[in-house]
Amino acid sequence: MAKLNLDLTKEIELLRLVTVGSVDDGKSTLIGRLLVDTKGAFEDQLLAVRKKKGETKIASASEIDLAMLTDGLSAEREQGITIDVAYRYFATPKRKFIMADCPGHEQYTRNMVTGASTANAAIILIDARNGVMPQTKRHTHILGLLGIPHLIVGINKMDLVDHDQAVFEKIRDDIKAYCAKQGVKDLTCIPMSALDGDMVAVRGDNMDWYEGQTLLETLEDLSVLDAVDEQPFRLPVQLINRPQTADLPDYRGFMGTIASGTVKVGDEVMAAPSGKSSTVKEIVTFDGNLDEAFAPQSITITLSDEIDISRGDMLVHTGKATSDGKELTANVCWIGDDPLTNRKKYMIKHTTSSVKAMVASIDFRRDIHTLDREDADELAMNEIGQITFKLQKPLHYDLYADNRVTGSFIVIDTFTNNTVGAGMIV
Amino acid sequence: MSKHKMTQLKALEAESIHIIREVVAEFRNPVMLYSVGKDSSVLLHLARKAFYPAPLPFSLLHVDTGFKFKEMYEFRDNFCKEIGVDLIVKKNEDAMKKGMNPKEFGVARCCGALKTQGLLDALEEGGYDAAFGGARRDEERSRAKERVFSMRDEFGQWDPKNQRPELWSIYNGRIHEGESVRVFPISNWTEMDIWSYIREEEIPIVPLYFAKERPMIERGEMLIPYYEENKDQLLEGEEPKMVMSRFRTLGCSPCTGAVRSSASNMDEIVIEAAAAKRSERETRIIDHGANTMEDKKKEGYF
Repeated sequence: MAKLNLDLTKEIELLRLVTVGSVDDGKSTLIGRLLVDTKGAFEDQLLAVRKKKGETKIASASEIDLAMLTDGLSAEREQGITIDVAYRYFATPKRKFIMADCPGHEQYTRNMVTGASTANAAIILIDARNGVMPQTKRHTHILGLLGIPHLIVGINKMDLVDHDQAVFEKIRDDIKAYCAKQGVKDLTCIPMSALDGDMVAVRGDNMDWYEGQTLLETLEDLSVLDAVDEQPFRLPVQLINRPQTADLPDYRGFMGTIASGTVKVGDEVMAAPSGKSSTVKEIVTFDGNLDEAFAPQSITITLSDEIDISRGDMLVHTGKATSDGKELTANVCWIGDDPLTNRKKYMIKHTTSSVKAMVASIDFRRDIHTLDREDADELAMNEIGQITFKLQKPLHYDLYADNRVTGSFIVIDTFTNNTVGAGMIV
Repeated sequence: MSKHKMTQLKALEAESIHIIREVVAEFRNPVMLYSVGKDSSVLLHLARKAFYPAPLPFSLLHVDTGFKFKEMYEFRDNFCKEIGVDLIVKKNEDAMKKGMNPKEFGVARCCGALKTQGLLDALEEGGYDAAFGGARRDEERSRAKERVFSMRDEFGQWDPKNQRPELWSIYNGRIHEGESVRVFPISNWTEMDIWSYIREEEIPIVPLYFAKERPMIERGEMLIPYYEENKDQLLEGEEPKMVMSRFRTLGCSPCTGAVRSSASNMDEIVIEAAAAKRSERETRIIDHGANTMEDKKKEGYF
């Protein structure tokens, strides 16, 4: 039995990933390769999707119908399409990965935005034979909009271009030039062959000219938290804890997940929207009180003074307030069946707060092919534009570029109750 | 660089607590489904953490098929009493009176009546608008696409092609009268995470998870636990024998297989889980055959 240092399992960090690209770029093969090479898929799951029935052992990833492994729904298998974002899990001794696998064809915007919203890093695949395609640019643009900290471009199918260094370098320079314009902060380009496994989990023998890390090494070394704990403290209040038991008759705790920053006992905090201040008395958890807590911990805070706070309010450090207002401008990705139209009323859910909102103006729509701004009187499904909403009551927010939690919201159709839009405050 | 480090189990824990609290904030009458298994044990532990120092603001609901292992009933009753939670036990009495069992009626029909119908009836009777469950996305491929907030229509049915997108950690809890949601706070946990967390947090679990010499029937590759009082489970030519074994997953006794193992403590179980080549669902008879997990889920199965 393999030796496992149990104390090391405690040190493993979490990295949330999104993979985008189409089947043609070899995405299913790459995911299958990662799952097989990191043992993220079990033998019985692999045997169920083997190409040749009757085999009882799987010798290599090429024997598996990898798309079958990832296409979970019967309708998908029947129609040979991928309908929805699927989540995959794999781990190395250093990290656990949650990978949102987004279909590349139909409704890619909707699926990509969903899958990428929680990601710390994105993998975009490019077919080395084709180079940077319009689709690559669209994907990069959306990932830039969503503020994904790390972008990894896998230049795949190197086996089909004789593992030629010049091909890799040309594509790398093209994508670098494009990303510079999109405000991408951290870009890594890796030549690979997902089919043969070269530069995915192992280096292989075919691309000795490449001196960088393999995909898996890159994923293991990316910084995870991106200093979210160094931003201003934000605690959107989820619930008020009032046990009203014999031991705790007057206890009032404010429960929530820290969106950003750190908080210490004794800190002076202010509640938005009331503006009332108090000091942090205790930071309470089931495992004992803490002196200090940081994002994204889920905690309960008690204050020294009785001030009026309810769900939807936000605790911040005094003097480090959020922006607030009854008007909100945001990049909106529309994911509803019915288009967004001027003057239409919706519900906006922002952190733990829900407010009525009306479309005050459609500032522009982004042509997803040319990326130009264009005038529009509606946003249809999978379109992206800048929208200004008028709110029934003020929201307390940060810009999405500064804070992905307090800068984002969803738009809800009040008739169907469906989630129809994703907003990033600008 | 950030100065605070968070381990992946603590990150998963924080995410799950956030989800559990959101449900309590947005729903009128939530309930937590409790199956007595390891995933339920983790879910219950997370819920206690979420509301500490207050007691749980909802009840536990066990949909009992009457076929659970006796060790599970003992554990359930003792543990719930010890931690002071409100436990509701519901059964599909009609089907039980008719003598529903997997051997005569088939696994699919038995599950459909005792689990799915039992659950739907219990949810309707309780008037619950949200039910927490311990399903994980790594368990089975149709579950890989399930949302954390999974909408159910008035008939308790799931439509996998029409799921609400879930963005960031903002959950849309708005439903129409008669609709409900199933909420899966441990969606992002793997089997390995569950075992590691149980070990780290010292969460009590049913003793059947630990290896011991137990009477077993060997049927093909499966190890089926044998009980003296239930001799008719033996097929022709079968003999029970003592096998060092344990359970990776716990369901109904006629339909849950054990695995050969000598892992008798949490350290050994975590090491075994890390080395496992086969998925835990393999020991569940319900997952095999024409009636897939996706079919059962559409009908309202957990």
